[in-house]
Amino acid sequence: MSGTGNAYDKVMLARSKGRPTGISFIENIFEDFIELHGDRRFADDPAVIGGLATLGGMPVTVVAIEKGSDTKERIRRNFGMTNPEGYRKTLRLMKQAEKFHRPVICLVDTSGAYCGLGAEERGQGQAIAENLTELSALRTPVISILIGEGGSGGALALALADQVWILENAMYSVISPEGCASILWKDAKRVRDAADCLRLTAQDMQELGVVEQVIPEEDISATYEQIKSLLAEELPKLMKLPSDELLRARYRRFRQF
Amino acid sequence: MNLMGLFRSPQNELEKGGKEAEDAGIRSSCPRCGVQLPLSDLQENMNVCTACGYHFRITPRERIAYITDEGSFRELDGELMSRDLLDFPGYDQKLRNARLSSREKDAVVCGTAAIGGYHCALFVMDPNFMMGSMGTIVGEKITRLFESALEAGLPVVGFTVSGGARMQEGILSLMQMAKTSAAVRRHSDSGLFYLTVLTDPTLGGVTASFAMDGDVIMAEPGATIGFAGPRVIEQTIRKKLPQGFQTAEFLLDHGFVDLIAPRLEQKETIAGLLRLHQPGSMISQYERAGGLE
Repeated sequence: MSGTGNAYDKVMLARSKGRPTGISFIENIFEDFIELHGDRRFADDPAVIGGLATLGGMPVTVVAIEKGSDTKERIRRNFGMTNPEGYRKTLRLMKQAEKFHRPVICLVDTSGAYCGLGAEERGQGQAIAENLTELSALRTPVISILIGEGGSGGALALALADQVWILENAMYSVISPEGCASILWKDAKRVRDAADCLRLTAQDMQELGVVEQVIPEEDISATYEQIKSLLAEELPKLMKLPSDELLRARYRRFRQF
Repeated sequence: MNLMGLFRSPQNELEKGGKEAEDAGIRSSCPRCGVQLPLSDLQENMNVCTACGYHFRITPRERIAYITDEGSFRELDGELMSRDLLDFPGYDQKLRNARLSSREKDAVVCGTAAIGGYHCALFVMDPNFMMGSMGTIVGEKITRLFESALEAGLPVVGFTVSGGARMQEGILSLMQMAKTSAAVRRHSDSGLFYLTVLTDPTLGGVTASFAMDGDVIMAEPGATIGFAGPRVIEQTIRKKLPQGFQTAEFLLDHGFVDLIAPRLEQKETIAGLLRLHQPGSMISQYERAGGLE
């Protein structure tokens, strides 16, 4: 078996209640944030916060999956489990960013796309699929940062990007360790084994070439500062690329897997 | 060593198959209506129950035989095989078992074929290979198919059946959703046609990527299609699912598939759609009709 035996501790850290959520990252990294609501199709999904902001004076589009930071907020935001209208809102804002040639920054923190009746009725799979094809062809730079949980397709829908970064104690996985243990071994108690086998830590992501950066998080204000300076460094490079070249590089980035 | 012991035992009489079975008058019982069907009748009816219309799950080779013009199928990348990339416990053994029980190297068969005289690139997923789960090889074969179809200017016809991502390949299986979606998009952007036929079951990462990307999306009657599996939803909402939830007919009602295509009509429908998307077909039709007014 691979892994270091402490992957599940990382999962617990990624999920811990005290962890800053999307809103804190928006507030601490960007200026002049204006939230924009709704998917223009059905509803406004509170599990996704999106809008416009500036970063060192440059206009950007920011989209975050928001879990909520107290019980009331967590319920209102469906614990960061996105419905199809959440993915459609992010897509609308991304297309808007493309039109005005603004870069898109996605902050990802979700246990996964919501598994409910309404989500299926409104095409959860179709919504994620559409985000993936559209992101693969979006003619403006996209950087995605996994700040907590990166739960499967629900996270990937915001992470088909030119660069993907991950916080030191965040995770990214095709299935939760609980789901994996119960499906594979019919034994929910084997979550620790499952977490190890799945290779879901930030360090695993770096080894497997899934992310470009692992961002330390001993001190959260230093983390915000580092994200800010990394964005200030990387975005101008991406903005300078002709869009054909940008899309070719994005294609190659995912083609290698 | 008795090799037969390595095979999964046949789960129904249909799977026992073969000449001897037929001669013995073996019948297969329909999982939906329970009627006992003579195997030969069932095979003649493309593995659709003659009593209630239930569509049995079938192998890629059966599907290729039903859909393509005889002798037209040329397999591509048939030698590619999954490896245990993450050293995941038990995965090697699972792969070996799946290869033996399905007689395929992985969960999708790809190639080129003619359907009613129209050439296309074709992929057909396999329910008998780890329930069509998508790992790096499934993703790679589908991606290569779209890339070579783009190069050859061919439309793509794809039959999906999948329980979702292959969790034994961890995050690398998730990346296949991104990889295949990007390849589908390139093919689409060059003006080529993509038709998907969703069969029972199509779930998870396959629904949330190339299954739902078709220009036209067909579904087999009664197929279960969704993002989350029915059991996961029931656990989440702590209620029983309503009758007919996540069926092909449910998706049609909610606007997520174009049409329901019974297996016996699929070849004709697919050929008709391919004909309408022949390069230059618009122009030749206008010309025959006397040009644009």
